[in-house]
Amino acid sequence: MMGPGIITKQAGAGGARRMTTSPAALIAAFALALVAFKPMLPAGLIRLPEGMVVPFADWINAVFDFLRDDLGMTQLTRWVASGVEAALDVTANLLYGRNRWPHLGAIPWVVIALTVGMAGYVLRGWKLAALTGGTFVWIAVMGQWKWAMETLSVIVVATPISVALGLGLGILGWRHGWFEKLLNPVLNVAQSLPHFAYMIPVVVFVGVGPKSGAIVTIIFSVPPMIRMTMLGLRRVSPEIIESGLMSGANRLQLMTRVRLPAARTEILVGINQVIMQSLAMVVLASFIGMPGLGQKLLQLLQALKIGLSFEIGVTIVLLAIALDRLSKAWSLHQPDHPEPSAGWARRNRMFLWWIGLVIGGFLLAHVIPYFHVVERGQALSLASPIDAAVNALIDLVKPLTEWLRWFLITWLLIPLRNGMLWLPYSAVLLALAAIGWRIGGLRSAVICLAFFVPIALSGWWDRAMITIYTICTAVALALLVGVPLGIWAARNQGRATRMLLLCDTFQTFPSFIYLIPVIMLFGVNDVAVVAAVIVFATVPLVRYTVEGLQGVPPETVEAAQMSGATSRQILWSVRMPLALPTFMIGLNQSVMFALFMVIIAAFIGTQDLGQEMQRALSSTDVGKGLVLGFAVAFIGLMVDHLLMRWSATRKAMLSL
Amino acid sequence: MDGGERSRVEAVAAMNQQLSPDTLSRSDRIVSGRDPASGQPMNPSDAVIDCSSVWKVFGARTERLASMLADNPTHEDLRQAGYVAAVRNVDLTIPRGEMLVVMGLSGSGKSTLVRCMSRLLGISAGQVAVEGRPLGDLTEAELIHLRRSRMGMVFQSFGLLPHRNVLDNVAFPLEMRGQPRHARTQRAREMLELVGLKGREDHFPRELSGGQQQRVGIARSLAIEPAIWFLDEPFSALDPLIRREMQDEFLRLKGGMDKTIVFITHDFDEALRLADRIAIMKDGAIEQCDTPDRIVMHPATPYVAKFTAEIDRSRVVRLGALASPENGRQVEGKAMPADVALHDVARDILADPREHIPVSAADGRLVGLMDRQLALDVILGARG
Repeated sequence: MMGPGIITKQAGAGGARRMTTSPAALIAAFALALVAFKPMLPAGLIRLPEGMVVPFADWINAVFDFLRDDLGMTQLTRWVASGVEAALDVTANLLYGRNRWPHLGAIPWVVIALTVGMAGYVLRGWKLAALTGGTFVWIAVMGQWKWAMETLSVIVVATPISVALGLGLGILGWRHGWFEKLLNPVLNVAQSLPHFAYMIPVVVFVGVGPKSGAIVTIIFSVPPMIRMTMLGLRRVSPEIIESGLMSGANRLQLMTRVRLPAARTEILVGINQVIMQSLAMVVLASFIGMPGLGQKLLQLLQALKIGLSFEIGVTIVLLAIALDRLSKAWSLHQPDHPEPSAGWARRNRMFLWWIGLVIGGFLLAHVIPYFHVVERGQALSLASPIDAAVNALIDLVKPLTEWLRWFLITWLLIPLRNGMLWLPYSAVLLALAAIGWRIGGLRSAVICLAFFVPIALSGWWDRAMITIYTICTAVALALLVGVPLGIWAARNQGRATRMLLLCDTFQTFPSFIYLIPVIMLFGVNDVAVVAAVIVFATVPLVRYTVEGLQGVPPETVEAAQMSGATSRQILWSVRMPLALPTFMIGLNQSVMFALFMVIIAAFIGTQDLGQEMQRALSSTDVGKGLVLGFAVAFIGLMVDHLLMRWSATRKAMLSL
Repeated sequence: MDGGERSRVEAVAAMNQQLSPDTLSRSDRIVSGRDPASGQPMNPSDAVIDCSSVWKVFGARTERLASMLADNPTHEDLRQAGYVAAVRNVDLTIPRGEMLVVMGLSGSGKSTLVRCMSRLLGISAGQVAVEGRPLGDLTEAELIHLRRSRMGMVFQSFGLLPHRNVLDNVAFPLEMRGQPRHARTQRAREMLELVGLKGREDHFPRELSGGQQQRVGIARSLAIEPAIWFLDEPFSALDPLIRREMQDEFLRLKGGMDKTIVFITHDFDEALRLADRIAIMKDGAIEQCDTPDRIVMHPATPYVAKFTAEIDRSRVVRLGALASPENGRQVEGKAMPADVALHDVARDILADPREHIPVSAADGRLVGLMDRQLALDVILGARG
């Protein structure tokens, strides 16, 4: 049996040999003793006695009931929701012709595709134009226009609201130290809360449907905008601000004409993150009745219609890449000076081109209805060839996947899970305290306990252990894949660049997408969940392995070469130790991704926190949902604290 | 000289006339300011910037500071108390029209001092008065008004707004004070022509070289016709050749402008080239504030002496600085000009048989007699 608890104890014992008085070693030894003498332990130290479980969920429910019934918060939230709904109606009318105000009817798809293509051309050039325009052509031709526009209309409404909220809160946080201090822990938790935890309160206050989809998307995508705004404002060079002051700018002028424009890049990166977060969320919001691509995908996956869900998957992926590249291109786009003596038409020729294309598009759509709306019968479908290909592939790899499934379940997953569940909670808590102490002294030990004791007290210990086991297994397997891949990629500059681009692209996909291939290969079971988590968690590992290895100063490598080291020696004695702190950031992200994925994957059948969260969602139990959400967030935050702390100490030691 | 160059020179000439009807020569200005030899304070109304016992101390706890600063602590004292002293007990009076160069190594507090003069930084103790009004008493609106109407500043890394083109950068201070669009673009175009960037109005800062960016910075700082001009190491970020070119450009621009200029540099040669007076700073305090001649000839502290040790004095010291009153000694023959560096007339001095050479100012007035032996010592290095 090889749970992480055991691994730590070995580390703790190793420390004990060197420093006999280390408190970390003492605590670890104590934890080990608890494990060794488990049969003799009182039951209260193995599992928290029923009577000690703190009814956090009831408290949260009481608070929410108070907010809803006594303070009349629903009044407010419904009012906000109706505003959002009005905006959604406008986009729904324009994008896919829903019968709402302003009753203009759907804009022909060809006009939208041309407009998006034009934006790509202006911001980057032909390649981006082909990608963005092509994506929308694909969507229309494949007959997915309505679903895609349902999804997109939420993004179109949510993004500006999120950006405005993020800018406002970010400016407040930047200006007032106390507000930032308040904001930071909230943002930390918010960014580690699983998607579903956001949905439950929204369902309670707003209900289900597109408007709650939009609201949950807004809430979910605001945190990165706040962070990027604060970062951007803080990064503006002091000389630029001084030059603004010396030019006689007052506070408002300084903010609107100096600080915010000078922080343009960070703010646009924030907008990029808002868009990507929105897309990820809006796809998942299908769980609370948000129509669109996500709902379609969910239905098709549940019906195991692989070919059709593959098509939707391609659309979501294309949409993600197109939106990401487009907003990134915007953030990198620098204005160029026009040629002197150029006339108005020449200076605005892109605008004129666009007007021309839009008019042309409308005319075309008027003449040939196919270019207005692609009717059901006219849509292409690749489903049957894909199904055939997938079936052939599955038949081919079936022996392998079957064996893998059997092997993983029998020899890895079940023993590990049983082991994790067998451990007394008291021993696990002590072991965590020991790890914390070893990495960051008393403070870290206290932080570890502060995150984990509430999980024990909440009464969801076993579920949390299953979640942790899934994550540990998946991340360990991801390490086996990701690290060698990263080392291989980093050996060659061109390969490294391509690999980083690939990782970037993979990271833009909404996590939901990763379920398609694993369900295809493994069916609906534990192994599929682990496989999805592995794929998702490998990406950051590869990425940061490459970045860490590439970031080793060339002089250090040259010095090693001149010392006569072989490339193997250089890798193990020079590059790897120096890349380790960066790699740890990757590991940290990997754990975060795994946590998110494991919760999302719950709907294909797990017995962990995610499954319970799904139940809470369907019974709209806010208290339970939030307690589970916080449990997941706390696991993530504890890992985050330990890894980042270690990485920072190590970096300082290596003076990187 | 091509057409563009000529029009630029004409523009400068027009500018200078417009800015300063009564063109003052360099030596006249020193006389009108504080006489460095006698240390006589000048007429207070002439002081554009007046710093008295200015302290700027960085640190977390500032409440105990006031009592501590009263005892005039050293840099070390403050450091042990957990503070960083950037400016220590600075007394400095800058008369109208003077070009003061503040010079010191990095971390000596010179940039902090100039920021105290413009209240980009508040001071910890003492007083800074600009044109007779203590900066600390100004409300925010008054301060903004002061900056909009009287002050201009040039920054080491230019401080240009990256999202605005060159023209809009130069027009920025005018925009801040609400000048209408047409008027401010016209003024900005004039300024760009003045600094030789005509034709680049539509460029963005990142499309320009360092030297060109700093020209934009200079044009911007002059757009409101400031009476007080701060330059914070304006040429330090530039290559040596460009730096030299920009110094020449700066001297051309400065020409006869009637501006009070505070120029920060860590380059002693630059300081000697440009200054009416030089203030040398170390650890936040001013070691010596004097004319270049006197800094070189009579360094006040060993620190200043170390700075001047490597300098070719004959290029700095002018004849006037070596002249002493004739005191009944006989004045014979033709006088030499007072405001010429020894180096430039070294050949004449070497060939001159007179023991004491008369020296006269530009207006023909006799300044005094220069001991030839002393002059030769400066030119060739003293014996022994």
